[in-house]
Amino acid sequence: MTEPEATEGLSRRTLLRGGIAAAAGAAAFGAGFGTGRGTAAETPAPGGAGAAYAFGGPHPAGIVTPAQDRLHFAAFDVTSRSRADLRALLAAWGDAAERMMRGEGAGPAGPTSGPYDAPPDDTGEAIGLPPAGLTITIGFGPSLFDGRFGLADRRPGPLRRLPHFPGDTLDPARSDGDLCVQACADDPQVAVHAVRNLARIGFGTTTVRWSQLGFGRTSSTTSDQVTPRNLFGFKDGTANIKADETAALDQHVWVGADQYPEAPWFAGGSFLVSRRISMTIETWDQQSLRDQENIIGRSKSEGAPMSGGGEFAEPDFALKGRGGTPIIDAASHVAMAHPTRNDGVRILRRGYNFVDGSTHLGRLDAGLFFIAFVNDPTTHYIPMQTEMAKRDLLVEYLRHTGSGLFAVPPGPRPGERFADTLFA
Amino acid sequence: MKSPHVLAAALGATATVGLLAGCTSNDKAAKGDPRHVSVTSSADACELTATSAPSGHLTFAVKNTGSQVTEFYLLAEDGLRIVGEVENIGPGITRELVTTAGPGTYVTACKPGMKGAGIRAAFQVDDSGEDVAPTGDVATQVKQATKNYQAYVRDQSAQLLTKTVQFADAYKAGDDDRARQLYTDARVHWERIETVAESFGDLDPRMDAREADVEPGQKWTGWHRMEKDLWPQRAKGYTPMTPAQRTTMANDLVANTTTLDKRVRTMSFTVDQIANGSRGLLEEVATGKVTGEEEYWSRTDLYDFQANVDGARVAFDGLRPVVDKRNPALAKTIDSRFVALQKLLDKHRQGDTGFVGYDALTPAQVRELADAVTALSEPLSKLTAAVVG
Repeated sequence: MTEPEATEGLSRRTLLRGGIAAAAGAAAFGAGFGTGRGTAAETPAPGGAGAAYAFGGPHPAGIVTPAQDRLHFAAFDVTSRSRADLRALLAAWGDAAERMMRGEGAGPAGPTSGPYDAPPDDTGEAIGLPPAGLTITIGFGPSLFDGRFGLADRRPGPLRRLPHFPGDTLDPARSDGDLCVQACADDPQVAVHAVRNLARIGFGTTTVRWSQLGFGRTSSTTSDQVTPRNLFGFKDGTANIKADETAALDQHVWVGADQYPEAPWFAGGSFLVSRRISMTIETWDQQSLRDQENIIGRSKSEGAPMSGGGEFAEPDFALKGRGGTPIIDAASHVAMAHPTRNDGVRILRRGYNFVDGSTHLGRLDAGLFFIAFVNDPTTHYIPMQTEMAKRDLLVEYLRHTGSGLFAVPPGPRPGERFADTLFA
Repeated sequence: MKSPHVLAAALGATATVGLLAGCTSNDKAAKGDPRHVSVTSSADACELTATSAPSGHLTFAVKNTGSQVTEFYLLAEDGLRIVGEVENIGPGITRELVTTAGPGTYVTACKPGMKGAGIRAAFQVDDSGEDVAPTGDVATQVKQATKNYQAYVRDQSAQLLTKTVQFADAYKAGDDDRARQLYTDARVHWERIETVAESFGDLDPRMDAREADVEPGQKWTGWHRMEKDLWPQRAKGYTPMTPAQRTTMANDLVANTTTLDKRVRTMSFTVDQIANGSRGLLEEVATGKVTGEEEYWSRTDLYDFQANVDGARVAFDGLRPVVDKRNPALAKTIDSRFVALQKLLDKHRQGDTGFVGYDALTPAQVRELADAVTALSEPLSKLTAAVVG
């Protein structure tokens, strides 16, 4: 092998260059993880181009994994009416996901191998790219349990279409879906490659309903990641649940062993809430700094709550300013989203900025593709969003244009294939 | 995003300044900008990096190193009249006061805990030769502007109430043609003062909610509910309201409008509220009218468009003498962009006071209007800083 090795694994081209190299790659992969594939999702490896994560494990990958920089999210509808087709597809997706997360091709042969007269089983645009921390997270929408596949009695209770929130202007062509795939990576081409190949594997069984590209993670999921800024220019998600807060994860994010007796397959998984939130960027940019900070409730410079301290200081909602009114506006975004205003619930946010070019009026078609993981949307998302839609000062500059709710099962256990337990 | 290392270095070098904002401020001071003064407000001290500055636009970057909320004032020589102030600075926060000061003696004051006279010191502003308008003159103009705007808002509110009563009568009587005419006539007065009218959180959802704004379990009432009933063409399988339902709906609107009018009568406005209102009305145009979303059923968005522009124009005209003094270039730009926007709107007039329906506009015409709105709202967003500065 003449190519330089990536920091924690091998480049795709090296890995994919035939049998001997593939065997070497598998060994390097195992060494890179150290703790082994079964627990890799629980103990995230440090990020970076060479980082690689395991698909299998007691919790799904791509939730507490250090948030990567890029996203390709896709929702699918199942076109087949066959339960066997669905089961085979999910198993095949799991196999491909596992390979791609290792930095290998989507199929066993790879992009430049296999029968010369057949198209390769991997599309090839990721040749030479490192695993780039790719995670693939697959979820099931409420409609998957509508009876077409004999799964109606296995639907977790809260897995229903999200209700209409005040002000929602949802586009059906950007909402819902039988299945979803969240592909996150530090290289956009690696994320797109993953979705493209899974869509290809699904042809005939599924069809892409909508998909969304995202960049610039808007949350941190580990304590050593710097809080990023959203397109309003503010730090967002400072109070996010982090990977090392294991008790909080069990309380708010991971589905408990007996939480949904109707859906034992879901234990260890999580609900994924997706909202495409368009921002009226040009209007926001015309707000005074005073108003911007008042609306958010944090300083724009370092993200400190307006009540003082540094970014991670706890906001003091009781602190009074001039005229005895609280220094942090009770309707500011930081106040509305705070656990004390939401029965103590916390969510794990994993959103991305998006810019889909410009609108017909020449405005940025941009915003936040909000993704949150919680173990019960009826307690952890719906009440909060209902209140925010009514009162949050920020809502004036937001428009929810897409929505989805999905149940993400844990990764497969050794010897199993993805979603085996859903059909068991 | 600055790395933590950069931050640490900056903090180490200059103990008195804040984090990100503080660095920037200090850079300016370090570069020798004599009009930039850093202020450190602690529990028992108010330290300024300079005790004098040349006349013109001054910036005070106030860092609160105490544990209580603080304020900073620039007062006239008498120690009473406020030239500029910055309030609600939380512990650890840095905030800037940007103000204009002519030559003379002033008093600075930090007020940790927001109590008492504060920690005061003299501050000298030397004559730089730069033309700074005499403040007494502007003060009179400000007073006049606020008085005029208050009268305008009251007048529009009174007309809104009169026309709403007429609308309600026609609607209840089943005189739909007249009700449709009065719908646009009355709403013009709402839209001219929309930023004031919608500021009451209890009334606005009951008076001006669109169908998508309604939350589950809440009854949809107000203007747009009756709009749908009067223009049901775009509604699928629509069931018209019964006379009894119409009466309830119309009476409810009249009651809410009466409450609104009563409240508006007691309101007064500061110059920054007037300036923000002007900008706010253009935002309403940008997000609701030019996109054809406000009057979804009647397609009469251009009436509202014009009314928002009217209201923004009145607010700006009232402040014009102040802006002419403080930032004449900005006044000229805003003025010319109002003219350009009005010219475009006039192309779509129909009859004496009316406008064509939104659907009659081509995509290119919508784009042209949207561009003119953006061209105006950008300089308009600088109005507040110009009138308070």
